[in-house]
Amino acid sequence: MTKAIVDLQNVSKIYRRDGKKVSALDGITFSIPDGEFVALMGPSGSGKTTLLNLIAGIDKPDSGKVLVAETDMGSLSESRLAGWRARHVGFVFQFYNLIPVLSAFENVEMPLMLTRLSKQQRREHVRAALEVVGLIDRMHHKPRQLSGGQEQRVAIARAIVSDPTIILADEPTGDLDKDSANEILTLLERLNSEFKKTIIMVTHDPHAAEKAHVVHHVDKGLLSD
Amino acid sequence: MFKLILKNAFRHRMRTLLTIVGLAISILAFGLLRTAVSAWYTGVEASSQTRLITRNAVSLVFALPLSYKEKILGIPGVTGISYAYWFGGTYIDMKNFFPQFAVEPESYLDLHPEYALTEKEKEDFLKQRNSCVVGAALVRKHGWKLGDTVRLTGTIFAGDWDLVIRGVYHGSGQFTDENQMLLHWQYVDETMQRVMPEMSGYVGWYMVRIAGPDDAARVSAAIDSRFENSLAETKTETERAFNMSFISMLSAIITALRLISVVIVAIMLLVLANTMTMTARERIPEYAVLKAVGFRAQRLSALIIGESVLIAIAGGLVGILSLFPTCAAFSQFVAKNLSGFFPVFRLAYSTIGMATAITIVVGIVAGLFPTFRVARMKTADGLRHIG
Amino acid sequence: MKIPIIYNWRSILARPLTTILTVLGIALVVFVFAAVLMLANGLKKTLVGTGEETNAIVLRKGADSEISSIVTRDQYNILKTLPEVAVTADGTPLVAGELVVVNNIPRRADDGLSNVMVRGVSKESLLMRSKVRLVKGTMWRPGLSEIIAGSSVSRRFQGCGMGESVKMGGREWVVVGIFEADGTGFESELWGDVEQFMDAFERPIFSSVTMHMKDPSRFEEMKTRIENDPRLTVSFQREREFYEKQSQSLGLFIRVLGLTITIIFSFAAMTGAVITMYSAVANRSAEIGTLRALGFRRRSILASFLVECILISLLGGMLGLALASLLQFISISTTNFQSFAELAFGFSLSSRIAVNSLLFAVIMGIIGGMAPAVRASRMRVATALRAA
Repeated sequence: MTKAIVDLQNVSKIYRRDGKKVSALDGITFSIPDGEFVALMGPSGSGKTTLLNLIAGIDKPDSGKVLVAETDMGSLSESRLAGWRARHVGFVFQFYNLIPVLSAFENVEMPLMLTRLSKQQRREHVRAALEVVGLIDRMHHKPRQLSGGQEQRVAIARAIVSDPTIILADEPTGDLDKDSANEILTLLERLNSEFKKTIIMVTHDPHAAEKAHVVHHVDKGLLSD
Repeated sequence: MFKLILKNAFRHRMRTLLTIVGLAISILAFGLLRTAVSAWYTGVEASSQTRLITRNAVSLVFALPLSYKEKILGIPGVTGISYAYWFGGTYIDMKNFFPQFAVEPESYLDLHPEYALTEKEKEDFLKQRNSCVVGAALVRKHGWKLGDTVRLTGTIFAGDWDLVIRGVYHGSGQFTDENQMLLHWQYVDETMQRVMPEMSGYVGWYMVRIAGPDDAARVSAAIDSRFENSLAETKTETERAFNMSFISMLSAIITALRLISVVIVAIMLLVLANTMTMTARERIPEYAVLKAVGFRAQRLSALIIGESVLIAIAGGLVGILSLFPTCAAFSQFVAKNLSGFFPVFRLAYSTIGMATAITIVVGIVAGLFPTFRVARMKTADGLRHIG
Repeated sequence: MKIPIIYNWRSILARPLTTILTVLGIALVVFVFAAVLMLANGLKKTLVGTGEETNAIVLRKGADSEISSIVTRDQYNILKTLPEVAVTADGTPLVAGELVVVNNIPRRADDGLSNVMVRGVSKESLLMRSKVRLVKGTMWRPGLSEIIAGSSVSRRFQGCGMGESVKMGGREWVVVGIFEADGTGFESELWGDVEQFMDAFERPIFSSVTMHMKDPSRFEEMKTRIENDPRLTVSFQREREFYEKQSQSLGLFIRVLGLTITIIFSFAAMTGAVITMYSAVANRSAEIGTLRALGFRRRSILASFLVECILISLLGGMLGLALASLLQFISISTTNFQSFAELAFGFSLSSRIAVNSLLFAVIMGIIGGMAPAVRASRMRVATALRAA
């Protein structure tokens, strides 16, 4: 049995909205084995983004344990979590979240600024990542000079450049047209099959979910399958 | 419409508040500067138009012979005369500077009714050769009382001088300087006769009283022509003109301070324009919608300029209101440490008026900036603008 | 700092109008700051430069300026015989008695009257004042009512130009020459023969006596001896020190007034910077969230935004300093409190002033940028990301 790279044990998260308590997650328990391509589906407000945030260490659970790569996320301090994220997590966001004033190359380079690599070494890693997503010839372009699909590919390059343990994607195709969406999904698939990356993808698009190995349904903070 | 403007202004509370603070500080600085400059001019305002000053034509550094007194009295139109010498002594330290005048006591007090003393104080002062009269502000500053002995180290008249305080005068007018000391000219002269005879028998200047301001020109000319071509030629002018000449010697500094006031206004403009530009840019989509719905460009402009003026006025108000306690505090500080430079530090109505005017103008001009942009903007572009 | 500065630099350029307005505000403040310091420095340089290392000046004890000092002929004769005094090749002791008075003369610019320093000098004076050079005309001829004018006086005052004449002490004095003194205080004076002045002003005494010391390193000894000599009731100072003291009162005034104004202004300009940075933080919350998600720590975010504010204020500082340096072409003439006479001086930039001005700009940047930077660093990542 492949070891679980992500392990959630009875995790709950409560938000306060207008003075009332709202359960975003209500005692969720599940695990994700290493090397799997998982899709989390559910209506908006179901808590899937919250799940992702917990796995990434961006948020902490109110109760229960979140273990990623056998590390208890709840036990790490804010600044430790930051370092942890830098080493273990690659992000892909719905709206790409590229920094507008930086070029594609510089955006992809950002995670490497947190390492001790030399400038030369960083360059090599960035080029490699851009090769994988097929955008080497656009590396000096700014985001506004790229199409939506191209921006997302740069974002993916950024997500893989430091060779993270898991890749978290939040609605990666949410803002793209059909063709670009397919490109991105194919890329993600390749990362999983060829490069053995564990991918956890939140989506409401059933077509996207098809590409994953496993689909979990999340509704009202609970796993429903 | 005003309600809309008001609501808009406070949508971004932090930014509006900060802008108000920036404007308030600028107005405060402006008010302080102007008050400092006018403090210098108050000496002039206090000056009499019915007193003339006769001094050596070369400069104040040269003295006039005592013998001139009778000759001046003889000139028609002269109703009284006194004389004084700038004593220029140091009390303990240079930073305690205050003006000291060696005067002919009886006539000097007679010519200066604004130095109010009790009859007893006046008598005591006149009787005792080595006594002095000091202003109420000086007494407050140094904690002196009647009967105390004050020691001055002379710079012009060498040596140590011990003077007994026999009177404390209060200024009866609003602008009378209460930081002065009057001592007996006779006392100084006697000592000089012994120690340095070439310096005795001279006075620094004469004060001449005339019947009315209209006599000033005629009597001044008469006095000066009386001593023309003599060993010590004179220059006579009204006390007001005399005091003005001191200010004009500092004209370069006053010009510099006035220029700095302009800089303040520029800073105010920049701060407010910055805020309004930011605000307008963020609201471009809204303005586009308003335009599409039928708002004419003028109304939009009015909205923007209205908001700018409102913020400006708020800032100006805070600034002006804080001017009062600040000027008062400054007044205290000045009285304690800089009384030599600024005898009176008082906030004038004209300063408040100017501050208000500037506030409104800045408000309008700063609002013009983004208004042009918004007026020119095509509705379709605005709706597409992602801000 | 982990977040590259190029991010901040380009972010500043991405909102040009706001940046320009904020930079201008700070530039104005730094301009005033530098100008004030340059003016006080210029005053000091002009006055200190007036004195020479090798000279010492004698005044009456207790007098703080030449105007209020008296040195008698007897005292002068005693001073002449002192062994420490330098001597010329033909045996003349380099000791000069000078008479200084102040004369009220109308200005060319606005007809207003100002006090001009008038100095009666001896021939030894010219030997001791190496910076003084005639640039036009000739020296006065003995026995005549002739004077020479410093370049600043000749420009600013009526009757003091070449060939013109000034009325003093009952005589008309013709200006037969113009002199310069390397931009120091003497350029604001009228010079003439001391004996003639004594006669005209009926002042048969000197105001001060200046001497050239044989061995300036023995100044302290000389000072003790001379000040304790019962025949002389005088004070003995290095010429440079004396002139430096003459600048203290006015210099202090300029600095205190100027810096007070500048500090008040700086608060106003800083609010501009604070507003700009708060807006930047608000507009870029998605970027901040992204950077945090990528693993950048809170303090990196804080440092980054602080640096951005410092960049803006440094730009303002450099602009303000550049503008201030242009002031070096302007000269000011005003009455020096202590000497009671007009003195022309200018704005003098030193590397120290430049450094202090930029430092001041940086401090404004730090103070202004701190609160917004802290806000940026404290953003909750999840919330910030949602803003995208």
